[in-house]
Amino acid sequence: MSLADPATLRTRVEETGLLWGLVGLVALLSLLPIGRLIVEGLAPGGQLSATALGKVMASPTTWTATWNSLTTAIAGTILATLIGGTVALLATLTDIRARNAFTFCFVLPLMIAPQVTALAWLQLFGPSSTLLKLIGMAPPLGSRNPLYSREGIILLLGLQYAPLVFLTLRAGLRALPKELIEAGLAAGASPLTVLRTVVLPLMTPPLVAGIALCFVSSLGNFGIPAFLGIPGNFLVLPTLIYQRLSGLGPGVLSEVAILSLLIGVIAMAGILLQDLMLRRRDFRITTTSSAARPFELGRWRRPVEIGLWAFAILVLAMPFLGLLSTSLIPAFGVPLNAKTATLANYAYVLFEHAASKRAFVNSFLMSAGAATLIVLICVPLGYFIVWKKSRALRLLNLAAELPYAMPGVVLAIAAILLFLKPLPVLNVSLYNTIWIIVFAYLARFLVLGLRPVISGYLQIDRTLEEAAQIAGAGLPRRLVTIIFPLVAPAAVAGALLVFLTAFNELTVSALLWSSGAETLGVVVFSFEQGGDSTYASALAAITVLVTVGLMASTTLFAQKLPQGVLPWRD
Amino acid sequence: MARLTIDRAQKRFGSYLALDDVSIAVEDGEFLAVLGPSGCGKTTLLRQIAGFDKLDGGRISIGDRLVSSAQTHIPPEHRKLGIVFQSYALWPHMTVAENVAYGLTVAGVRDPERGKRVAAALDLVGLNGFSERRPGLLSGGQRQRVALARCLVTEPSLVLLDEPLANLDVHLRASMEEEFSRFHERTGTTMVYITHDQAEAMALADRIAVMDRGRLLQLATPSLLYREPANVTVAGFIGEGMVLPATILSAPQAGRCKVSVLGVEAVVRCRSDQAVNGQAKLCLRARDIGITTAGENGLPATVERLSYQGGFFRMEARPANSQNIVLHLDAAEPAPAQAGEAIRIAITDGWVIPESVSLDKAA
Repeated sequence: MSLADPATLRTRVEETGLLWGLVGLVALLSLLPIGRLIVEGLAPGGQLSATALGKVMASPTTWTATWNSLTTAIAGTILATLIGGTVALLATLTDIRARNAFTFCFVLPLMIAPQVTALAWLQLFGPSSTLLKLIGMAPPLGSRNPLYSREGIILLLGLQYAPLVFLTLRAGLRALPKELIEAGLAAGASPLTVLRTVVLPLMTPPLVAGIALCFVSSLGNFGIPAFLGIPGNFLVLPTLIYQRLSGLGPGVLSEVAILSLLIGVIAMAGILLQDLMLRRRDFRITTTSSAARPFELGRWRRPVEIGLWAFAILVLAMPFLGLLSTSLIPAFGVPLNAKTATLANYAYVLFEHAASKRAFVNSFLMSAGAATLIVLICVPLGYFIVWKKSRALRLLNLAAELPYAMPGVVLAIAAILLFLKPLPVLNVSLYNTIWIIVFAYLARFLVLGLRPVISGYLQIDRTLEEAAQIAGAGLPRRLVTIIFPLVAPAAVAGALLVFLTAFNELTVSALLWSSGAETLGVVVFSFEQGGDSTYASALAAITVLVTVGLMASTTLFAQKLPQGVLPWRD
Repeated sequence: MARLTIDRAQKRFGSYLALDDVSIAVEDGEFLAVLGPSGCGKTTLLRQIAGFDKLDGGRISIGDRLVSSAQTHIPPEHRKLGIVFQSYALWPHMTVAENVAYGLTVAGVRDPERGKRVAAALDLVGLNGFSERRPGLLSGGQRQRVALARCLVTEPSLVLLDEPLANLDVHLRASMEEEFSRFHERTGTTMVYITHDQAEAMALADRIAVMDRGRLLQLATPSLLYREPANVTVAGFIGEGMVLPATILSAPQAGRCKVSVLGVEAVVRCRSDQAVNGQAKLCLRARDIGITTAGENGLPATVERLSYQGGFFRMEARPANSQNIVLHLDAAEPAPAQAGEAIRIAITDGWVIPESVSLDKAA
């Protein structure tokens, strides 16, 4: 480089500094834990050896679990895409009534932890179902619950993650200018043809992003296959890892590391496919116009409304009712009626149990902190990935997916391996503090915040940023005054996903918690493990109610937020 | 002193040469149009001048300051120029006034000075009542005016306009053209105007740079471009020129020479150093040819089609001896001949394209 004037030099330092800062941060969050795992897999305890690798690869269980993981994740993703996609189109593009209420209900399952969902569904169909007993339809004792199967897992994965597809597609549909739809209608195309030829093609980025998110979520899901698969000895990779860890034989950490790397490879394949699909075409939309006018359903409106609500009640409200009904009985197995109903379980978890009280504060602060930090990382990160086409960060983008694609237990193991000893130089130990959990949340949920931000960037006309650049604004100023407001809806949607997921998360904290650093998930889990299903249900019900309350309270000041920030609101 | 000097600029995208040795010197205060079909490299050129992309070879200087070369790259935010984007690029989360004020805020200009200048800029584009509106609620023409005000409020010495009228309807275009013209006169700013519309370029520009496939074909005043195209591509692109093979019969005399075209002889304009050779290309405009009056000799042809243009007809005719050539000429009302009828055509003027031979070989 020849000599540059001070202003140019400053710009260069700012931009490269920010870029490498981000590279370092993402590497710290994603590559470091994964690297530590790889080292453990190849050189258990620091000794180079292929014994563990050979043992895992030779085991037929490994390949059965891989096959099971693939089939359930793919089928679950297809189901979630069909449900979430259809509902997003109907609820966003048509003139159905009570749209807000419906959207609110449809997004609810995201806030319920997978293991709680699984438990609630088992309660619905099992022979000791409180709800079925209530209406006298419980199957005879000893009969097999139909959910203990591959199909059961697929069904629940599909239902659990349909809101992910729904949220991303819906965010995209909001950004679709009405002219594009009206131009199609004016050309004489029927609404269905416009949907097929205009709306869906333009919705490829959010749809593909949602599908990818759904796939890695299904692949890494632990709660559902743990509750539905383990009893019937139907193992997927995460549950296989969990079982191996429970065995805790010598060298088990290395085997687990290898198994988790296998999942990482599968997730990478899915993500590369997404990248490939989005690279082929230009999907940018300039959004200066208002949102599309909804299609009129005419005489089909009522049947569609009834169908949507029936679906919502059947698959979304029922599990919650199962949870509620169990939380109101004095002991598990006691039928619920006016005489047995009690709030004692709630009083206990709210006012008596110290760890339970602490867990509320911990979970809230850690989730909110992680969501805020992740947005602050993702907005500049997305800028470099999408607009600067930085090759280093494109690779790191793939790396950022890994901690989320991995089952939470494995990231937890990686974090333990990393932080068991005090940090070098600083000589501070994160182990047994909340900070090891915060680190794991940042690493694991970074991708949840990053995906919506990236698809947000993909739909912003970059000349908006270039205009600010020409006006003389340096990158830091552009980020604050132009870029952040433009990607804010996507970023807040991402932050919300992070918060909701972290707030109800169990798999990471189950292995990282310590006394004083409990999370809600841990407390629910330990109640459940101890046979206190009623306390567990009560606490789970409270977490759901608290979250619903938070959502409702944000709705109160929604007018002050830019449009499209709250995913469950129009 | 040239405000903008582009010297042998080169830009590659992979193996594709998007800018191939382009050299343009824009004078201080000049209005230069860069004209060409889409994909000709004109937008690439604009992005090089603005600094959005890095140059692979050559140099770009603004004033005396080198801003782009293979080694140097001043980022766009330090080039102190203005751009009006095709998409307007107004920030949807800011009001009209905030959009316009942005560049001043960045430059450290504070109220009341800033407010005064924003009001003045909005006044200049006739939008003084609109300062609190959001861009999403404005019409296309109003958005264009906001973009213009935003670009001019910081008084840049160089303004780039990237097809600023492409998204406007015809009536609005005419009035915006006037507006650009007035602005240029009033501010004396050097302007580089990217367009694919030659009428726009002709109406506005002091000089036009015609580009095709990454190369600069000709840089000249609109009139010179029309009358004396430097090569076949420019001849065909500007003013629907007809390019015909011709033989030079005499050495140039007072800017004219005798040629043989389509079997008839004609006296046409040419360069004073035009060589007498067998293979030349002749550029004919519709107004250069006409139907002969009875008794006169001319090129026998058959009328193919007539289209009414308001006051006159555009006539397409096929010469009897060259069936693969179509000539078009203007015929006054009432139509002198109908489709299918035989006519004779006189060639009254034309231009011998200087570079036709060498360019054909290169192509």
